Amino acid sequence: MAAPVDAVGQQSNARSLLIRRIICYVILTLFAVIALIPFAILLVNMTRKTTDIQKGFSLIPGDYLIKNFKTVMSKHDWKMLNSLKNSLVISFSSSLLSVYFSALTAYAIHVYDFKLRKPLFTFILMIMMVPAQVSALGFVNLMNSWHLTDTFIPLILPSIAAPATFFFMKQYMDSSLPLEIVEAARIDGSGEFRTFNFLITPILKPALAVQMIFTFVTSWNNYFIPALILSDKNKRTLPIVIGIIRSADYASFDMGAVYMSIGISIIPVAVVYLILSKFIIRGIALGAVKG
Amino acid sequence: MHRKSVSYAKWGYIFIAPFFIVFAIFTLVPLVSTFYNSLFENYTVMGYQQIGPNFVGLDNFSTIFDEENDLGKYFVNTFILWIAGFIPQIFFSLLFASWFTDLRLKLKTGAYKVIFYLPNVIMAAAMGMLFFTMFSQNGPVNSIYMKITGSDAPYMFFTHANSQRAIIALINFLMWFGNTTIMLMAAINGIDPSLYESAQIDGANPTQTFFKITLPLIRPILLYVLITSLIGGLQMYDVPQIITQDGLSCDRTSMTVVMYLQRYLSVSKNYGMAGALSVILFIVAAVLSMIIFTTVQEREPKKKKPAAKGGK
Repeated sequence: MAAPVDAVGQQSNARSLLIRRIICYVILTLFAVIALIPFAILLVNMTRKTTDIQKGFSLIPGDYLIKNFKTVMSKHDWKMLNSLKNSLVISFSSSLLSVYFSALTAYAIHVYDFKLRKPLFTFILMIMMVPAQVSALGFVNLMNSWHLTDTFIPLILPSIAAPATFFFMKQYMDSSLPLEIVEAARIDGSGEFRTFNFLITPILKPALAVQMIFTFVTSWNNYFIPALILSDKNKRTLPIVIGIIRSADYASFDMGAVYMSIGISIIPVAVVYLILSKFIIRGIALGAVKG
Repeated sequence: MHRKSVSYAKWGYIFIAPFFIVFAIFTLVPLVSTFYNSLFENYTVMGYQQIGPNFVGLDNFSTIFDEENDLGKYFVNTFILWIAGFIPQIFFSLLFASWFTDLRLKLKTGAYKVIFYLPNVIMAAAMGMLFFTMFSQNGPVNSIYMKITGSDAPYMFFTHANSQRAIIALINFLMWFGNTTIMLMAAINGIDPSLYESAQIDGANPTQTFFKITLPLIRPILLYVLITSLIGGLQMYDVPQIITQDGLSCDRTSMTVVMYLQRYLSVSKNYGMAGALSVILFIVAAVLSMIIFTTVQEREPKKKKPAAKGGK
């Protein structure tokens, strides 16, 4: 275990290593606490009465959880549950579409030899970084003229073309999808489409799942474009409701209810994240441009 | 080289069709139309009187660069908010990534990685709202502040430009340092371990190893992290929008470029100006993207047979 040095050096090495290790753990733990404190405050204040919240901070939970939840539900202009449902529908559909079609595109670039293969690949890499905001004006106008504002289509359908998902899937295929599998499937008489749907997607499952989670989270958290597309009360997504709570007369608010509404927006994703965290963390490293 | 499969070429086109059709309809056409709009005078006065669209050439661009439109100020705001979050982010991410990958330290890293990454999956708008509530007049931060200092007046975090900016930068830092740490870890793990072993045998201390081996070898990834973060920073919207409520507070010192764009889009409905601003944003993002693109391309040949894949 110890480095191959003389006995004296070894001893001092071991001690300095221990000290270094302790310092590392202390600083890391400090940062973990900093990262978690906001969520602790949120969880505690979700259970407290507004007057208690305003009296001062405490880490002891109150017994107002259900009451705060009911208050949030009774706010008719927030429509929290409805927005939660909208967010779920949009995020789930767009992550499904994004993952399937972007994987299909990556597969085509990976497997088939066609003339435009290289230029199209380069093209997708080039557009990967273009922010959605720069085409927002044209996008909103177009959706307006097609009478698609206040529908979910403009928020779901465009995710079919997800350059980042494409890039990730392509990277994954480069490392773990040998072309021999495709050849073998052809010899067995499998059609190209069938091969992708029933033979390839199971191989890609880990990458598909990671990307699906990422796209889901991105869509769930998206604020800018949905706020431009959705104005109907019944169509709002959660970030829009958060924006509305913020811009309404904030001071007169029931703070317990405000914390509760933030909690409703955050907790579903946080729970899913914690359950799948091992998987997700590995996925981020996988998606990092490799050196 | 791939095996020849000429007869299958048509499947290539069929499979990529949905992606490119959707891209054309929902991104390319809107992009062109946005650029086109930038050449027209087109706005509503007082919410009802429609002016234009009249073709005005590049007038919108000269108007938007006018002093009174403060575009420069919003770019500076965006940059300040970004850099104030990015400096601690890159510093701590580098530190933690080098600790996590240190072969001698052998730290247990799993739980830390999970916790550090957590804020990144949280809705930015909700994160902004949470911090706004925490730092508000009668929020928990002020109650602790008043207890410690014995002062009976709360500190008004959101009426001072600097404290407001600091809170936004803090949120950005918290949301992104975990992500960057993991990216840098993947990069460091890709470095040939024998380099570290020989450095150890030569008696290099951790600091020397970090500056002489790790840092030079992860430079491409650092550049990637820098530019992607810069492009992300350019798009900063959710957090300052929620915190400052439309950016007007503190004399607009936390209003970002995209918040300014949003005002043209949905508040003043000045589509000509919105178009011009979009074109400017596009150019800045494109220049930044080109830098990444060329660095990724340069590394492409090396990647063919990578000794190290990120997490397996």
